[in-house]
Amino acid sequence: MSKMIAGRLTRLALTLLVVSFVTFVGVNVLPGDAINALIPIDAQQDQEFVEQVREEWGLNDPMLVRYGRWLGNAVQGDLGDSIVTGRPVTDEIVHRLPITLEIMFVAVGLSLLLAIPLGLLSAYREGRRPDRVISGVAQLALSMPVFVTGLILIYFFALKLHWFPATGWNRFSKGIGPNLKTVALPAISLAITEAAVYTRVLRSDVITTLKENYILSARAKGLTDRYILFRHGLRPSLLTLVTVVGLSIGTLIGGTLVVEYLFAIPGLGRRIFSAIYQRDFMMVQGITILITAFYVIVNTVVDLAYMVVDPRIRRTS
Amino acid sequence: MSSPSSVTAVGGSATEEEHSASSAGRVIRVLRAFAKMPWLTKLCCLWLMVVILTAALADLIPGLADPNHQGFIFGESKTNDGPSASHWLGTDNVSRDILSRLIYGARVSLIFAISGVSIGVFIGCVLGSIAGFLKGSVDSVAMSVVDVMLSFPALVGLLFVSTMLESRSLATLCLITAIFIWPRFTRVGRAAALSVAGRDFVTAAKAIGTSRRRILLREILPNVFPAVLAFGLVSMAILVILESTLSFLGLGVEIPTASWGGMIAQARQDLLINVWPLIWPSVTLIFTVYSFNNIVDWLRERVAVRSAAL
Repeated sequence: MSKMIAGRLTRLALTLLVVSFVTFVGVNVLPGDAINALIPIDAQQDQEFVEQVREEWGLNDPMLVRYGRWLGNAVQGDLGDSIVTGRPVTDEIVHRLPITLEIMFVAVGLSLLLAIPLGLLSAYREGRRPDRVISGVAQLALSMPVFVTGLILIYFFALKLHWFPATGWNRFSKGIGPNLKTVALPAISLAITEAAVYTRVLRSDVITTLKENYILSARAKGLTDRYILFRHGLRPSLLTLVTVVGLSIGTLIGGTLVVEYLFAIPGLGRRIFSAIYQRDFMMVQGITILITAFYVIVNTVVDLAYMVVDPRIRRTS
Repeated sequence: MSSPSSVTAVGGSATEEEHSASSAGRVIRVLRAFAKMPWLTKLCCLWLMVVILTAALADLIPGLADPNHQGFIFGESKTNDGPSASHWLGTDNVSRDILSRLIYGARVSLIFAISGVSIGVFIGCVLGSIAGFLKGSVDSVAMSVVDVMLSFPALVGLLFVSTMLESRSLATLCLITAIFIWPRFTRVGRAAALSVAGRDFVTAAKAIGTSRRRILLREILPNVFPAVLAFGLVSMAILVILESTLSFLGLGVEIPTASWGGMIAQARQDLLINVWPLIWPSVTLIFTVYSFNNIVDWLRERVAVRSAAL
C-alpha cells in the first residue's frame, strides 16, 4: 500500500516536471520575442540598452539553463516576476486564486445538489416518465456550451430581471451577500452542464446497484424504498461520483476560464488570457503550471482515496 | 450486450451477410433501422443531414446571400433587422444576412469536427493497436506520453497555442486541436487492442505462425476500429462545442469568416437592441450538438459501445 502511494507520488512529480518543461519550451519556441513585451518597439533602436535588458532578464542564456534556474526558484514558491507588471507571479496568483476556486467550488456544489436527487429519482423510476424527462433534460443540458448558457442567464436574470449584475466581481471582503450575487450566474452556467454529467453517471451506476442481491434482501426484510435508495443504492455510487468530479476538473477549469471571460471576473482564467496576449511568458508559465498541478494532484488524491476505500482495486492494480 | 466491441453496422449484422448483401439490400436495412428510431432521433438525423448538405452545397444554393455582404452600404438592407422576406432570419449588426452566415458557419464547425475526429481516429487506431498488441516498452513510452498530455487541461493548452500563432487558418486550428485530442483516442484504441489481443482468434493466429505485422493489420486493427470510431462519434459533439468556444473567445477562424461562436460573440454586443442574432446561432449550435449526442446515445443503447475514458 505505501509502496503504491510512493509510486503514485513519484509519477505525480514526474508529470509536473515534464509539463513544466513542455510549457517552458512551448513559451520559448513559439513566435513572439519576450523583448517586445519588455521594451517598447521604438526604444529597441538602442542596441546596447536592449542587450543590457536581455542580460538582466537572462534571456541570452541557453534554454536549459533558464529552465533550471526557473525550476529551482519555482520549487521554493517563487515563480518569477511578470515581465509586464513587474510584480511577482506568485503574488498575483495568490491574489486571484480564491476567486477562481470559489466559482469552481460553488459550481461543483450546486451540480451535486442537483445531480444526486435527480440521478436517484431517475434510477428509481427507470424507463418511466420521471426518468425520461430527467434524461432528456440532461441530454439537452449536455449540449449547451457554457458561454451560451451564460449569455442566456445574463439576458434574463441580469438584463431583464436585474436580479444579478451582468459582469464584475465583489470580493468576500465586501460582504457575503454582494459576493454571492456575483458568483451566482457564473457558477450556475457551469453547474448546468456539470450536473447533467453527474446525473447520468449516478443514474446508470445506481441502476446497476439496484439489481444486486443485497437490494433484494433489503426489500425482503421490509425496509422502505427511501431507506434502500439512500443507504444501499446511493452509498456505493458516491465513490464513482467522487471520481467523476475529479475527472471533470479538467473541463471545469476550461469552463471557468470561459465564464471568467464572459462575466469579466478578475480570476486566474482571465489573467492567463491577458498574459497570453501580452506575451507575458512568466505569468503564462506560472499559471499553467499551477492549473496543471491542481488538476494532477486532484486526480492523484481521488485515485488514492479510491484505493483506500475500495479494497478490490488495491489487489488488482 | 454479450458480444463486446464487435460493432459492425447499425443492425449489428454478421460480416458474411454484409459481404453478400447487395447495395439495394443495404439501403433497405438502413431505412428499416431509421424507421425504428424514436421520432426525436429521426428529427436529429434529418437536422444533421440538412446542416451537412446546406454547408457542403452552400455555393450552389440559389438566392443565398454572400455571408460577408454588408447590405446597408448599398442601401439594400438595414442593420439589426428582424426576419423578413429577403433575409429570412434577419440581419446582424453590420447588416449581413444571418441565414447565410449560419450556413457558412456550419462549414467551419463541421470541417473542424470531422477533420479533428478523423485525425484522432487514425492515430488512435494505429498507435493504440500497436501499443496494446506489442505491449512492453513501446506501450509504456506511448502511454506515458498520453498520460502527460492528458494532465494538461486541453482548453488552456489550445488557447495558449492559438494565441501564439501568427495566423489562424482553419487548417492550423484543426492541426493544433489534433495535438490535444489524440491522447484520448489512443487510450480508447489501446484498451480495445488489449481486449482483442487476449481473444482466442489472436492466439490461434499466433499458433499457426502468422507474422506479427499480419496479425496487427488483419486481426487487431479491424476490431479496434469500431471502438475508436464510436468514441469519435461521441467526440463530434465535443469538437463542435470546442470550435464555437474558440470562435467566441476570438481565437477561432479569423473574422470576417462566419462561425457560430463568432456570430454569438458579435451578437452579444447588441444584446438589448436585437436578440435575433443571438438566438439563431445559439439554437443552431445547441441543436446540432444535441443531435450528435442524441444519435450517439441511441446507437449506444443498440450496440454495446464502450465509452471508456470519456
